[in-house]
Amino acid sequence: MASLIAILDLKGKPLIQRSYRDDVPASCIERFLPIILDLEEDGAQVTPCFTREGVNYLHIRHSNLYLLALSKRNSNAAEIILFLHRLVSVLIEYFKELEEESIRDNFVIIYELLDEMMDFGYPQTTESKILQEYITQESYKLEVQVRPPIAVTNAVSWRSEGIRYRKNEVFLDVIESVNLLVNSTGNVVRSEILGAVKMKCYLSGMPELRLGLNDKVMFETTGRTARGKAIEMEDVKFHQCVRLSRFENDRTISFIPPDGEFELMSYRLSTPVKPLVWVEAAVEHHKGSRVEYMVKVKAQFKRRSTANNVEIYVPVPDDADTPKFRASTGTVQYAPDKSAFVWKIKQLGGGREFLMRAHFGLPSVRGEHDSMDKRAPITVKFEIPYFTVSGIQVRYLKIVEKSGYQALPWVRYITQNGDDYSLRTALEKGSAPIVPM
Amino acid sequence: MSGFRGPPRKGENYELSADLNSEYREKRKDAIKKVIANMTVQKDVSGLFPDVLKNMQTDDLEQKKLVYLYLMNYAKTQPELVILAVNTFVKDTDDPNPLVRALAIRTMGMLRAEKILDYICDPLNKCLRDDNPYVRKTAALCVAKLYDLKPELVIENGFLETLQDMVADSNPMVVANTVAALSDIHAAAVLAGSSTDTFHITSTILNKLLVALNECSEWGRVEILSALARYETTDERESEHICERVVPQFQHANASVVLAAVKVIMIHMRHVKSENLNKQMIRKMAPPLVTLLSNPPEVQWVALRNVNLLLQKRPDLLQNEMRVFFCKYNDPLYVKVEKLDIMVRLAGEGNVDALLSELKEYASEVDVDFVRRSIKAIGQTAIKIDAAAERCVNVLLELIGTRVSYVVQEAVVVMKDIFRKYPSTYEGVIPTLCANLDELDEPEAKASLIWIIGEYARKIDNADELLGIFVDTFTEESYPVQLQTLTAVVKLFLQKPDGSQGLVQRVLNTATKDCDSPDVRDRAYIYWRLLSTDPGAAKAVVLAHRPPISLPRTTVSPQLLEELLGEVSSLASVYHKPEETFVGRGRIGIDTVQKKGVELADDRAAAQKALQTVAIGQQAENLLDFSDADGAEDGQQPSGLAATTMLTSTPAAANLLAGTSSNPLDDLVSIFGNASLSAPTVQPQSAALGGFGLGGAPSPLPPQTPSVLQAASPPTQQSGQEDLLGLF
Repeated sequence: MASLIAILDLKGKPLIQRSYRDDVPASCIERFLPIILDLEEDGAQVTPCFTREGVNYLHIRHSNLYLLALSKRNSNAAEIILFLHRLVSVLIEYFKELEEESIRDNFVIIYELLDEMMDFGYPQTTESKILQEYITQESYKLEVQVRPPIAVTNAVSWRSEGIRYRKNEVFLDVIESVNLLVNSTGNVVRSEILGAVKMKCYLSGMPELRLGLNDKVMFETTGRTARGKAIEMEDVKFHQCVRLSRFENDRTISFIPPDGEFELMSYRLSTPVKPLVWVEAAVEHHKGSRVEYMVKVKAQFKRRSTANNVEIYVPVPDDADTPKFRASTGTVQYAPDKSAFVWKIKQLGGGREFLMRAHFGLPSVRGEHDSMDKRAPITVKFEIPYFTVSGIQVRYLKIVEKSGYQALPWVRYITQNGDDYSLRTALEKGSAPIVPM
Repeated sequence: MSGFRGPPRKGENYELSADLNSEYREKRKDAIKKVIANMTVQKDVSGLFPDVLKNMQTDDLEQKKLVYLYLMNYAKTQPELVILAVNTFVKDTDDPNPLVRALAIRTMGMLRAEKILDYICDPLNKCLRDDNPYVRKTAALCVAKLYDLKPELVIENGFLETLQDMVADSNPMVVANTVAALSDIHAAAVLAGSSTDTFHITSTILNKLLVALNECSEWGRVEILSALARYETTDERESEHICERVVPQFQHANASVVLAAVKVIMIHMRHVKSENLNKQMIRKMAPPLVTLLSNPPEVQWVALRNVNLLLQKRPDLLQNEMRVFFCKYNDPLYVKVEKLDIMVRLAGEGNVDALLSELKEYASEVDVDFVRRSIKAIGQTAIKIDAAAERCVNVLLELIGTRVSYVVQEAVVVMKDIFRKYPSTYEGVIPTLCANLDELDEPEAKASLIWIIGEYARKIDNADELLGIFVDTFTEESYPVQLQTLTAVVKLFLQKPDGSQGLVQRVLNTATKDCDSPDVRDRAYIYWRLLSTDPGAAKAVVLAHRPPISLPRTTVSPQLLEELLGEVSSLASVYHKPEETFVGRGRIGIDTVQKKGVELADDRAAAQKALQTVAIGQQAENLLDFSDADGAEDGQQPSGLAATTMLTSTPAAANLLAGTSSNPLDDLVSIFGNASLSAPTVQPQSAALGGFGLGGAPSPLPPQTPSVLQAASPPTQQSGQEDLLGLF
C-alpha cells in the first residue's frame, strides 16, 4: 500500500507525482535524493527500501529516472516495488521510451494512468492492453464516450469480448536463455536455463487453449509413457490467465489467452549445461607498455545447428589505447565505454573453432595496485535457432472456440545467452592452461 | 466568491483565469491543461480554484478528469469552495456511463474536506449497490477512504456491514477490493486503539476468499492472501486445507503473489503437525523462491531479505541450492551483500570448496566494500564449519599475499576471529600476519593484530619489539588500538615477565598520564593495581580462558523471527525489524495523546519488543566484534556493555528476553543503568510509562529513553501528559 508515487529526475526533482493517501507530506519527495547522497557519503549501501523519520522510501531506477513510492505503514514491499516496475512497462508501452521528455509531454495521460492503476494505494489494473482500451492519447475520439472495458472487472480480466480475426493463428516462441558461470579453471560453477513460452495470439472470440509439453512430472502423474525425452522443469510460472489449480492437479496448462503478444509461462531448469559457446583468452602483459590477447572461440553444439550474431566481450584495462586486431573470422571493435573489445561473428557453425589476436598499448605510468586490476569476466551473446538446450517440446496446442473455427499454431524454438553468460577464462599467459570439459 | 480570495490581477494566472472563463471550449480545455502543467511543476495555482470549478460540468471525459485532479490537489486549501462542486459530483454518480460514476465516487473520497463528507454518504451507498462491478469495486475502496477521514460516518451508515456482505459479491475484483478496504479499515482501527475486530474472518468468508483467490487479478490475489494470513484456524484440518488451496499460487508469475503465498503457508503451517506435510510444503516452496532471483534487482533484494529469514527458521529449505546465490558480476551491491549472507547460511561440508573458490574470486573484484564483505564471509565460513577452517585460513593467506592494503587489513581482522574460535590452532600464520604490520593503518586491523600478538606473546619471540612499536606511538593511536595495546602488553608481561617490565611501565605511565580517554585511563589503573597488589589474580583475570565464539544461527530473537515470518514481503520482513520500530506515529497531536493512554498496554509490548530486537541484534553483532572478548574489563561503548550485561544473565535481562516482565521500565533501568547513564531509580509509575510512549521516539534508542523518562516522572497521569505537551 503506497501513500504517494512520484517520478524524479536524477537530481531528485519530482517530474510528476500523485498522492493516494494524505498521510505523507509531499515535501518528503524532495528529501529522497539528499538521503541517498548522505548514505553514499557515509559509505553505507543504498538499498531499494529504507526508512527515515517514520516515512518508508521504496524506489527503483529506470534509465535516468527514479520511481519512488512513499508509505507510512508496514506495507507490502514486494507489491509496491513490482507495481513501480509495472508502471514503467505500461508507460513504455504508451510512449515507447520513458524519460524526462516523454513525461513532460504526456503529463495528462500519466495522471490518468496513475489514477486508474492505483486507488487509495492499492494496485488496480496494470494490464497495458486493457488500459489502452479506455485511456487513449487521442482525446478527440472521446466523442463516442468510452466505458470501462468489461475485462477490467471480469474474471477474465485480460481479454475483451468480441475480438474478430479473419485468419485465426497462434505463434508460439519457446525461448531458452542460458546463464552460466565458468571459473578460471574451466569448470562450470553455476548454470541454469531460463525458459519462456511467448505467444502471439490472433484468435477470435473467447477461445479455450490447452498446451501440451513433454513435461516429465505430467507423464508421471498421468501414467503415460513419454515417447522420446521428457524434461523436468524445476519451477514453472504462469501468466495470470492460466488456471493454477488445474495445473496443480494434473499438470494441464489450460487458459483463455489475452489478445496479441504475451508471455504465457516461464520455467527454470538447473540441470548442468555445457557451455554452448566456449571462449578462452590468453593475456600477455609486456612490462606495462602493451598488452596482447589471444582469444579462442569454440562452438560446442551439434554440427547441424548454427549460432547467429555471436558477440564476445573481452575486458581490457580502462586505459588501453591504439587497438590492433586480427581475426580468422568476423569483425572486432574496441568498445572503450565498456572497457572491452567485441568480437562479432555473424554465423558460428556447430563444432567450429576460431582464433583472434588483439594488441593494445598501455600508458607507461600505472597505478599502484596493478595486481588488483581485476577485470570483468568474458561475456558472450548468441542465438541458436531451431534448438532448445533443455530439449523441451510442444506436443500439442489445442484450440477450442464455440464457433468451432480451425486455428493454426506455429511453433519456433530458440536458445540464447541469458543476462549472465560469463567465463572467467581470461588468463595471464604462463599460468596453468585451461582444460576445456 | 471573489471576496474570499480574489483572482490575481496580472501575470500568468490572470491570463489563465481569463482563458478558463473563455466562451470557447477548446480554449478552456487548453487552459485547464496549462493549470495542471503548472501544478505539476509545483507552481501555486490554487487561486484559480473558482475558475477551474466552473469547467467541471462537461461531457468531455478528459476535461472532467483534469478538473477532478485539480480538485483533489487543492480541495484542502479551499474547503469553503469545494462545497460548490458537490452538486456536480452527486450528479455524476448518476451518470449513465459507469466510468463517470466510478470517477466521481473515487474522486469524492479523495477530496479530504470535512464539509463535503456528509454529502458523500448517499451517493456512496448507491454506488456500493451499482449494477456495474467497476463502480462497485471503486466504491468499496471509497468506504476505506471515508473511514480514514471520519470513522463515525462509516459506522453510522452501516457501510461496514455492506462491505462484509460484498465479500460474497459475484465479481472477483469487487471481492478483492472489498477485502482490501476491510483490511485497511481494520489496520486503521487497530492503530487508533480500537479493540473490536472490524474485519473478523469467519469460516464462511474464508471459503468465499478461497474461491475468489483463483479468479481475481494478480493484485487482488495479494490482498486476499494477506487476509487469509490473518484467519485463525479452528483445527488442524482447516490449516491443511488452506495450505493446499494456497500452494498453487507459487506458480504465479507475479513475485508478490508468490511471497504472499509463502506468508500464508508459513503462518498456517505452524498448526499442521504432520511432519510429512510440512516437508512437502517446504519442498514445494524452494523452487519458486529460487525463481524469484530472475526478477529485477530491487525485487530480488526484497526476496533475498525474506529468504534470509526463512532460512533462519528452516535451514533445510534451500539445502542444495547454494550455487544459485553466487553473485553475478553485474549484480548491484545490495544484492551481492544479501547473497553473501545467504551463501554462508547455506554452507556445509559438502559445498564449502565451491563456496571458498567463489569467495576468493569476489575478494579480487574492484568494489572495496564487496571485497571486504567477501573476506568477512570467508571468516564466517571458517567459524561455521570446523572441517573447512584450514582451507579458509589458506585462502586468507593467499589473499594476504596479494599485499593489497584493504585486503590484508580485512584478512587480519578475520584471522583474529578465527583465533577466537580455534585457539592455538593456526599459530603458523602469525609470522605472515606480523610481516604485514607496516601495511596496517585502520584501527580495527591494528587492534586485531595487537590482540593476536598479546594472546600468543609466549610464542612470538619478538613480541616485545612488535608491541614496542605501538607503545612508542601510543598517544597517536585511536582508542580501540590504545586499549588493545594496553591489554596486550600486560598479557606479554604476565607470560614473559623478564625483559618486558620496562615496556609495561612505559605503557601504564603513558596511559594514565598522557591519555585523554577515561576508558583507557581506567583500564590502565585497574591493571596497575592488579599487577602491584596480586600478580596471581592479575594472571587469573587477564589470561582467563575465554569460551570460543560461534556463528549465531539467527540474527533476530526467536519470537521476533516468528513475528517477521508472519509478515513475509512486508517492510518489517525486509528491514528485519518489528513494525513498531519504524512505523511513524509522526508528530503527536492532542487526540493521539489521549489515545495513547488507552494504548499504554500496546506501547509496553512495543517498547519491550523493540528493546529485545536492539539487544539481540547487538548480541549477534558483538559475537564477532572482539571488543567483548575481553569481557568485563572492556567498557568503551554503552551498547557493547548492554549486550554483555544481557549475556551475563541479569535477572531483569532474562525477564525481558522472555518477554514476561511486568514492568519494562525496571529492565530499562537495570540495563541502561550500567551504561554509565545515571538513570533514575524512582519507582516508575504508569504515568511515566505513558510519557515514555508519548515521547514519540519510534525506536527507543538506549541513551535517549532514560532521559525522556526523567522528564516525564510526575505522579499523576494527567499532569504527565500536560508536562509533555509543554515540551512540544
